[in-house]
Amino acid sequence: MTVTRYAIGFLCVLPLATTVSAAPPASLIEGYAAAAKAEGSGFAGFSAARGETLHRTEFAGGKPDTPACTSCHGKDARGPGKTRTGKAIEPMAASASPARYQDPAKVEKWFKRNCNEVLGRECTPREKGDWLAYMAGQ
Amino acid sequence: MNIPTRSVAAGLLIVGLAAAVLSKARAGGDDFFPPVADKVTAEECGGCHMAFPAAMLPAASWRRMMSELDNHFGDDASLDADTAARVTRYLVDNAADTGGRQYGRKLMQGVRANASPQRITELPKWVHEHDEVSPGEWKDKDVGSKANCPACHVDAKLGYFEDD
Repeated sequence: MTVTRYAIGFLCVLPLATTVSAAPPASLIEGYAAAAKAEGSGFAGFSAARGETLHRTEFAGGKPDTPACTSCHGKDARGPGKTRTGKAIEPMAASASPARYQDPAKVEKWFKRNCNEVLGRECTPREKGDWLAYMAGQ
Repeated sequence: MNIPTRSVAAGLLIVGLAAAVLSKARAGGDDFFPPVADKVTAEECGGCHMAFPAAMLPAASWRRMMSELDNHFGDDASLDADTAARVTRYLVDNAADTGGRQYGRKLMQGVRANASPQRITELPKWVHEHDEVSPGEWKDKDVGSKANCPACHVDAKLGYFEDD
């Protein structure tokens, strides 16, 4: 009986646990927020709306074949994308790819590479936080 | 005692199939290149494209490629120093002229010793093997890139690159 009760309890907690771990870790967001504040210019929190604009904007400063994040990730954040070499990319939305954003070093690695490719420069801490806020809500 | 005949039969079948696959691999058939076995290498190289088997290029190629990751065929694929060192070690140890020789030897035909070719798709043997592929097929939207081996070689991820 006890085992059954534990099992039921576990099953009830499981979806909660999954939901929590899908979001980017608070420490990651706080790190970007601290860096954004340090940059000045009146930082007042991250904005998912600005993040979506960043995600969809076609920039002229990066590589011509990847002007926007959506060039590879697709227009639907909950759907898969595709690299230039034809490899599928798991969805960027935290809800669709719960394992994403859990490793801060990995997040930084991809921001560095992809911002350079799309914008022709590294992204600012505010841009990173905005973008993560957008994906966390998708 | 009640022996679960069906389970035993299924188990034997699996063992038999595994043995068949292994023996094909051991034989080092022309079209078999062991998939990347190092987890970090598989993840880092496989982030953007199929993680190409180490035995497809000589050690000098991998060394050069890993030292130029900030411009990896025009893309920024840079890694931190520790990760880069681990990936380099795996690729160099299993390259076409080192540990992966028995698999990569044929693909090295026409490649000078000490040369460090970067594109697998420009190796003379690769070009020869793919001369029957038409320009239209390369442009197919499901292919898109010569780096997309699995588009045609359905078992590429398992190491098999025979004609499909």
